[in-house]
Amino acid sequence: MYRMRQFSVRHARGLKLLYSALERVLVRCEPMLRRIGYGRLDKPFAQVESLTKGFLLDSQNCGQCIVGFTGLSCPMNCPKKMRNGPCGGVLADGTCEVVPGMPCVWVLAWEGARRLNDAQVPLQDVQPPVDHQLIGRSAWLREVRIKVEDSGHAV
Amino acid sequence: MQFEDEPVTPGDPLPIRPGHSSFGRFERVLRSGGFAVTAEIAPPDSANPAEVYKRAALFDGYVDAMNATDGSGANCHMSSVGMCSLLTRRGYAMVMQVSARDRNRIAIQGDVLGAAAMGVASILCLTGDGVDVGDHPQAKPVFDLDCMSMLNMIRGMRDESRFLSGRALDEPPRVFLGAAANPFAPPVDYRPHRLAKKVDAGAQFVQTQYCFDIGAFQRFMAAVRDAGTHEKVFILAGVGPLASARSAEWIRGNVPGIHIPDAVIRRLQGAENQQEEGIRICIDLIHQIREIEGVHGIHIMAYRQEHRVAEIIERSGVLGGRKLWRPSLDWKDGEWDQGSAVAAQDALSNKPVAQKLEKVS
Repeated sequence: MYRMRQFSVRHARGLKLLYSALERVLVRCEPMLRRIGYGRLDKPFAQVESLTKGFLLDSQNCGQCIVGFTGLSCPMNCPKKMRNGPCGGVLADGTCEVVPGMPCVWVLAWEGARRLNDAQVPLQDVQPPVDHQLIGRSAWLREVRIKVEDSGHAV
Repeated sequence: MQFEDEPVTPGDPLPIRPGHSSFGRFERVLRSGGFAVTAEIAPPDSANPAEVYKRAALFDGYVDAMNATDGSGANCHMSSVGMCSLLTRRGYAMVMQVSARDRNRIAIQGDVLGAAAMGVASILCLTGDGVDVGDHPQAKPVFDLDCMSMLNMIRGMRDESRFLSGRALDEPPRVFLGAAANPFAPPVDYRPHRLAKKVDAGAQFVQTQYCFDIGAFQRFMAAVRDAGTHEKVFILAGVGPLASARSAEWIRGNVPGIHIPDAVIRRLQGAENQQEEGIRICIDLIHQIREIEGVHGIHIMAYRQEHRVAEIIERSGVLGGRKLWRPSLDWKDGEWDQGSAVAAQDALSNKPVAQKLEKVS
């Protein structure tokens, strides 16, 4: 039942590389995206994301994806919506205390994070609470926009 | 601990010492190097304040602070804000537990300001149990924040004098911030990192889940010391008496996050009086925990055995002769009973447990 999630965590490195490549392309195309208009692109992008990330990660379309920090395990599948690590109720077999039989998303995240050979431990970044205004919107476009704005439009 | 600059009116804040975040007694005890003792006070299913005072009196003179739980186990009881409001007015040092399960960021920030105004000096940030395990499984689980983002938010309120939105506060809440830790739940090797992350998010003290497995706790603490985390946060180990082997087995099978090793259950089974053995195990654990480097105190959770907490503390000798604050019996309805200054002095000195318990019951 949770096979795809576990597959994605096992292939966290490959999937993260794939996303990085996609992000580079999008960042390069940013002037074009801006011309078309982010508002107009948001819906189709969100739909593509929902399909791909939904299939691979059981993404819940929070619009502020942090799976790059969580070893490709979507934290919004946690019934407590924990974006900063596992609660204290994880059962001895590594499953969720709330949803019987579901592998804890943070047990998977810890597994996935160790597969991403980042020197820093990305799980350690304290994530801000969910911005409920972003739910259902495109996380990819948001990332691209932040990246470009941070680099001062120097792309 | 009883300090020399205790306020005349119970519930008034103590002067904030340099380097301290709060006006509370609990932070002072930890920062002055004392081996702190806290206990969980069970909130009543009642609107009667006398019930709250009665439960608090069980710990008089034996604990540095009391934790008021916030709908623990997702069950409905008197709120932690209400408990703390009543008890801080009598001068008790409270640790107010705040769970992210039931309230969003608007409600929590409001409660933090209100509680600090009522004299709450310590706040413990929790994510909280899922609603499914409690007595109202039909309820909407809120979880707008998690314990980490809550710590971060309240630290921002205190240190930067602003709400999460960035809007300025006129007077920040002077609170000592805490979190919970469970060293025994999977992924076990991530748990020391998780503690370090909570410290980064703003935790100044942590209270752990019940420590029945000393070996596992020692391994956890070794990793915590290797990372140097024990120098950045005060760690209070959770302990509590088990009522019987049967109840221990029930807890192990039904309460997520509590790990009880077979050896403990066997020891209970082999005892003639299992409840007494439960108390002895608890005292032995306190002695073992005290020896572990980097542990700064204990947190006693004696569910349904609150009346035995004072005895456990007394018999374990964990206070080591430290004289703790206790409410004066002569402070009533906002005024001192002038006629009995001698009796007030007497009330400040610790009385034998048996005598005290008699008075309560």
